[in-house]
Amino acid sequence: MLLTVTTFAEPGGWPATDLGFLLHKNPARVQSFEVSAGAAHVFYPVATQARCTAALLLEVDQVGLVRGSRGQVPEGFSLGQYVNDRPYAASSLLAVALARVFRTAMSGRCDARPELAAAAIPLQVHVPVLPCRGGAQLAAELFEPLGWQVSAEPIPLDETVPAWGDSRYVDLRLNGELRLADALSHLYVLLPVLDDAKHYWVSPDEVDKLIRAGGGWLAWHHARDLITRRYLAHRSGLFKSAIARLAEVDDTEPESFDNAIPVPGAEPEAEPRVPLARLRRMAVLDELHAAGASRVADLGCGEGALAAELLEDKTFAEVIAADVSSRALEVTERRLRLDRLPERQQARLKLIQTSLTYRDQRLAGLDALVLVEVIEHIDPPRLSAVERNVFGAGAATVIVTTPNAEYNESYEFLPAGAMRHRDHRFEWTRAEFAAWAARVAAEHGYEYRIAAVGASDLRLGSPTQLAVFTVLERTSQ
Amino acid sequence: MTTVDVPELCLVVLVGISGSGKSTFAARHFARTEVISSDFCRGLVADDENDQAATADAFDVLNYIAGKRLAASRLTVIDATNIQPAARKPLVALAREHDVLPVAIVLDVPERVCLERNRARTDRQFGAQVISRQHDQLRRGLRGLEKEGFRRVHVLRSADDIDSVPVVRTKLFNDLRDRTGPFDAIGDVHGCLDELKALLSLLGYELRHDGEGRAVGARHPQGRTAVFLGDLVDRGPDTPGVLRLAMGMVRDGDALAVPGNHESKLLRALRGRKVQVSHGLAESLEQLAGQDAEFRADVGSFIDGLVSHYVLDGGKLVVAHAGLTEKLQGRASGRVRSFCLYGETTGETDEFGLPVRYPWAADYRGRAMVLYGHTPVPVPEWVNGTLCLDTGCVFGGKLTALRYPERELAAVPAARVYYQPARPFPVNAAAAAGRRDPDLLDLTDVTGKRVLQTGYLSRVTVNEENAAAALEVMSRFAIDPRWLIYLPPTMSPVATSAEPGLLEHPAQAFGAFAADGVTSVVCEEKHMGSRAVALVCRDPQVALARFGAPGGATGAVWTRTGRPFFPPALTEDFLGRLRAAATRAGLFDELDSGWLLFDAELLPWSAKAEELLRSQYASVGAAAARALPAAVGALEQAAGSGLEVAGLLAKTRSRAANAEAFCAAYRRYCWPVDGLAGLRFAPFQLLASEGANHAARRHDWHLALADRLADADLELIARTGRIYADPADSASVAAATAWWERLTGEGGEGMVVKPAASLVQGKRGPVQPGLKVRGREYLRIIYGPDYTEQENLDRLRSRSLGHKRSLALREYALGLESLDRVAAAEPLWRIHECVFAVLALESEPVDPRL
Repeated sequence: MLLTVTTFAEPGGWPATDLGFLLHKNPARVQSFEVSAGAAHVFYPVATQARCTAALLLEVDQVGLVRGSRGQVPEGFSLGQYVNDRPYAASSLLAVALARVFRTAMSGRCDARPELAAAAIPLQVHVPVLPCRGGAQLAAELFEPLGWQVSAEPIPLDETVPAWGDSRYVDLRLNGELRLADALSHLYVLLPVLDDAKHYWVSPDEVDKLIRAGGGWLAWHHARDLITRRYLAHRSGLFKSAIARLAEVDDTEPESFDNAIPVPGAEPEAEPRVPLARLRRMAVLDELHAAGASRVADLGCGEGALAAELLEDKTFAEVIAADVSSRALEVTERRLRLDRLPERQQARLKLIQTSLTYRDQRLAGLDALVLVEVIEHIDPPRLSAVERNVFGAGAATVIVTTPNAEYNESYEFLPAGAMRHRDHRFEWTRAEFAAWAARVAAEHGYEYRIAAVGASDLRLGSPTQLAVFTVLERTSQ
Repeated sequence: MTTVDVPELCLVVLVGISGSGKSTFAARHFARTEVISSDFCRGLVADDENDQAATADAFDVLNYIAGKRLAASRLTVIDATNIQPAARKPLVALAREHDVLPVAIVLDVPERVCLERNRARTDRQFGAQVISRQHDQLRRGLRGLEKEGFRRVHVLRSADDIDSVPVVRTKLFNDLRDRTGPFDAIGDVHGCLDELKALLSLLGYELRHDGEGRAVGARHPQGRTAVFLGDLVDRGPDTPGVLRLAMGMVRDGDALAVPGNHESKLLRALRGRKVQVSHGLAESLEQLAGQDAEFRADVGSFIDGLVSHYVLDGGKLVVAHAGLTEKLQGRASGRVRSFCLYGETTGETDEFGLPVRYPWAADYRGRAMVLYGHTPVPVPEWVNGTLCLDTGCVFGGKLTALRYPERELAAVPAARVYYQPARPFPVNAAAAAGRRDPDLLDLTDVTGKRVLQTGYLSRVTVNEENAAAALEVMSRFAIDPRWLIYLPPTMSPVATSAEPGLLEHPAQAFGAFAADGVTSVVCEEKHMGSRAVALVCRDPQVALARFGAPGGATGAVWTRTGRPFFPPALTEDFLGRLRAAATRAGLFDELDSGWLLFDAELLPWSAKAEELLRSQYASVGAAAARALPAAVGALEQAAGSGLEVAGLLAKTRSRAANAEAFCAAYRRYCWPVDGLAGLRFAPFQLLASEGANHAARRHDWHLALADRLADADLELIARTGRIYADPADSASVAAATAWWERLTGEGGEGMVVKPAASLVQGKRGPVQPGLKVRGREYLRIIYGPDYTEQENLDRLRSRSLGHKRSLALREYALGLESLDRVAAAEPLWRIHECVFAVLALESEPVDPRL
C-alpha cells in the first residue's frame, strides 16, 4: 500500500526538497524500516527544487502476520484474516506505520527547519486505494473541516463485471496549505476511521493512541462521534468465535451468522429503538403483573434489557433469561453483573442457552413465557415446532410481541416493502398476526387478546403488536 | 433352607443383629462392589466406622450410592443391621423408586453366638443388653417383613444354615432376552376370533382345531413366535374362542402374551371381586358363562400367570400392552405393572370423558424397539422406535401385526363394527396423518458434551462449546430437521508437496493411499461451486408420508451448514427438474424408492457466495489492481532519478502480476445466474434411498448413476470428470498426474482422490474417504495472491494437517452413521443427533485454508 505526500516550493522561497528535513528522511536515499505489519519503505519519486514527493510504501507480510510472533499459525483464525485487502489498501496498518516512520515529523519538531515545521505549507496527499465506508462523500466530510480540498474518486469493484458497480475504495487526493505535522495526524487518525474495517492487528492501546493523536482537533470536529464510535465498534478480539467459523464453512461472512447482538454503531438504527423498546418492556411488565405471574422466562432475551427489569421487580421470584445465542448470553451476563449480585438475587435468575425449535424441560411449568420480538426471526416453516414447544410447556400465560408490518410505511428510512431488520424472516400485518394468534390459541388450549404498543396511527396501527395468551381451564381429574 | 433365590436385579437387604455374620455372608455370596455397608459409609463421612453420631449422614451416602447402582441396573446389597422397621422403610422405598424388587435375607442367629462373637471383637463392644434388645426387635419385626413391602424374605435360622446355604441368582420373569424370535406381534384382539384366525393364517401360521372344530393352537412352519400384546378379551363377539386359541399357542410355546387392562379387570371379575361391569366386560362374562367351569379356571390361571412385559432379543425388543418407558424396562414393581397395563395419564380427561394419555413415546429415547397396543390408532406409526399396533379391530378397524425383525406390517380388516367406541374412531387415515405433529426433538438430544457411537469410529466426541455454536446455527438458519438427514463431512487436502512453486501435488495423494494398501483410486474433478445436498421425493405424497413434508415442499437442497440453498419457490423449480431427470434416468424405479439423496456441487460458486466473492475476493482484486501499479509507477520514477530501488521494483512488479492472476482465479467462479438458468448441478454420490445407505458403495456405481442423471438433463446436470488409477503403478500415477496438470493448467480447481471402493477400513478405523489436490492458481484464492513468492511458499509449507484429517474422519463416520439410521428408519432424534454433531465439529478451530 502506498501513500505519497508532495509539496511545492514557492518561487523564491525554500526549496521543496526541504520536505526531507521536515520528515527527517533524506530525499537522496531509500530507507527501509521494520514495522509490526512487515516492511515500510520511504523514498522520493520526485525531489526537485520546485516539487518534492515522499512516498511511504508498506509491504504487509500476510503470512508472517497470521503466523504470529512465534511462527505458529494459531488455530481459529479466519480466512478473512488471510486473504484480505490489507496489503493494498490504506488502513490502520498504514496509520501505524506512518506514526512509526514519521514519529518526529508528526510531533512537529524539526531542529533544522523549525520555522518551516511551524508553517502551513502547500501539500498534496495521494492515497491510491482508501477503503471508505460511507462513500466518497464521507471522506470529504471528514477532511474538509480540517482545511483540505478533497477529491475522492470511487474505484470499480471489477471492471470485467460492471454490474457489481463500485468497490468500497476510493482514490483519495487531498490538497491544502497545512502544517505537515497536522497533515500527518489527520491521516493517522482518519484513514482507519474511513476504512471502518476490522482492525485485525490493532491492540486496544493502539486504538487509544489513535484517539489521543487527534487531541488537537478531534474535540471540535463535527464528526467526532462518528470517529470515536467507529473505533470502538472494532475493538473485538482477534479470533473468530466458533459460530463465525461455521459461517466460513458455508462461504458467508462471519457477521451473517454471528449477528444476534447488534454491533454498536455498525448499522443505522432502523427505528427509534430506545423509546419503542422501552414501551414494549413496560407493556410486557404490565401484562405480567396483570396475569399475576411470578416465575417467568424471557425467551430470546437478547442483551437482557427485559431480564434486568424483571430482576429489579420483586414480584418475579424466578427469572429465566434464555437465548439461542451464546454471545447474547455473555452480554446479558455482563450487563446484569451476574457474578457480583448478592446470592439471593443470583438465585432468582437463571441464564440458559436454549432453542425454541427444541423442547426444553427447564421451561416447563412456569407461570409465564415471554417472546419479545422473537418470532419474526424464525423461518416460517420452523414456526410450528416453536409453537409446539412454547405453548406445550404448560405456562399459564404466554406473551408475544412482533412488528406491525403496516406501520413500516411511516418509517421514512425504510424502502417500501423492506423489513425493519436484516434478520427478520417475516413481518406481519395486524390481520396476519391476529389470524396466527387465533390459530395457535385454538390448537393449544389458550385464549388470547391482542394489544398495541407504541404511538398509534389511525390507518397504520402502532409499531408493535402484542398478544397475551391465557391458558384455558382444563378438565382435571 | 435349601437355597436363597435372589433376582438378578434387586435390592438385597441383610437383616441381622450385631455379630450375626452379615458382612461375612455378604462377602461370600456377592461381589465386593455389590455390597454397601453402613459401617463403611460411617467411615467415609466421619473417619470412624463406629461413630454412631454419623449414622444419619452415613445413611444418606449409602442411599445415594445404592440409588446410583440401581439406576444403572446393578444388584445391590445393603449390609446394616436393619432390625427396626423404621430402618428398613427407606430401603423399601429406594427399591420402589428404582422399580426393583426388595429382598430381605434375615440372619437370625442365636443370641448366645452373637454375644461370643461380639466379645471377640476389639474394635467395638456392645453390652449383652444391647445384643439382647436387638434380638428382641429382630424377632418382633420378622413376621411383618412381607407387609413392609419385601417381595421375598429368606430367614436363615442357624449358623450352619448361614454358612452353607447357596445363594442363587434367578432371572426376572420379564427377562426373555435369550428369545431372539423371529416374532409376530399382534395388536388388541378384543374377542375378534375370525379376524385373529385370518391374521394368523396371513402370517403363515397353521391353525390346529379340536374335535369340536375350535381353534386351539397355531404353529408357524418356520418356528416364528406370535406375541399377543394384551386385551385379547372384551367387547368382541368371541372372547372365549380367542382365549382358547391364544392360551393354546402360549401353552405349546408358539406364542407369548402380555396382559392388558381388560384381562386384569376380567380376572378380578372372575375371582368375584367387585368391578364396574362396563367397556365390554359384560360381553366377556356372558360369553364365558356359557363355557365350562374348567375353562373358566384355566382362563383365570392363564391371566394370573401373565408377566407385565417382556424384554426380548438381547434387549432389542420390548413388548407391553400400553408401552413402557426405558427406565421401567426389565424392572419389576407395582409401577411397572401399572404402566404396562394402563400407560400414563396426565390426570386430565378429554371431551368424551376419557383420560388424556401422556404421550410417553414422544419422549422415548431408549434403544429397544417397543411394540404395544392399548390406544386405537388408524394406522400404526413409528414414534421414536415405538409402534402401537392397536388398529381398532373391534371398532371396525383392522387387526394388525408386525413381523420382527423384518418390520413389516400385516393386517386384516374387521368384518364389521363390533362395538361403538366412546371416542369416535378415526377411520380416515389420511386425515389423521395430516394432523401429525412434527417429531419432537429435545434440547438434551443435542446439547452439552456428547459422545456418539458410530458403526465406523467407536467414539466421536462433541464438545459443549461446539454444540452451543451448532445450536444457534441449526436453530436460526438451518432447514427443518426432518429434511436435514445428512451433512457432508469436511475433506483434508493432501500432505504438502515439496515441488517447486507448488503446495499441493497428486503424488502425496497416491502415496498416502498406497501406504494404506488401497489398490485402486478414483480421481474426481473438483467442481468450482458450492457443496450441496439435495433430497428429492418422487411426489408430494412421498414427501408427506416419509418426511412430513415440512413447509409443504417435495424435498430440499441445503448447504454445508444446513441452510436452504434457494428460496422456497426456486427450490421447488430445482427439485422439479431433478425429479424429472431422475425419473427419466429410471432411478426411482431401479432403487425402488420414493426419494433420493444426492451429494453434489452446485455451480457457479457465485450463485451462493456472491456476497462473499464481492466483499472479499473482488475487493482484494480491486485494491491490488490499483495499489500495485501506483507503487510500481512511484518506484519507476524513483529509479529514473537514480535511486537504488531495483529490488523493490522487481518485487512489486511480481506482486502486481500475482494480483492479476488472483483476479483471474476468482473470476472463473462467477457467472450470471437467473433462476435455474446458468445453474449447474454436479452430483457425485447418491447417498441414500429408501431403506439403503449407498454411501459406502463403490464410486463407479455412484458415477455411473450420476452420468445417467446428467444424460437426462444436459442443461442442468453436469458430469464429473474422472480417471481411475493404481497408486502403486507408476505409469498409472503418471497418467493421473498429467490429467491433474491439464485440469489445473486450464484453470480448474483441482481434483479429489478417493479409494475406488469408497469405504476402506484401515488398521484404526476407515482410511481417509478422499484427499483433495488443489491447483496452483486456485490456491491463490485461499492463501493469498502472493503465496507463490518463494519466501511465502517456504513458510506456508509447514502446515499441520493432523487436526483436519481427524476431523474429516470423525465427520465421515458421523455422516455414514446418520445414513445408516435413515436407512433403518430410526427415530428422527437419532438421525438429528449425528447431523448436529457434524455441524458442531465443523465449528472446531482448524486452519481454514486446509
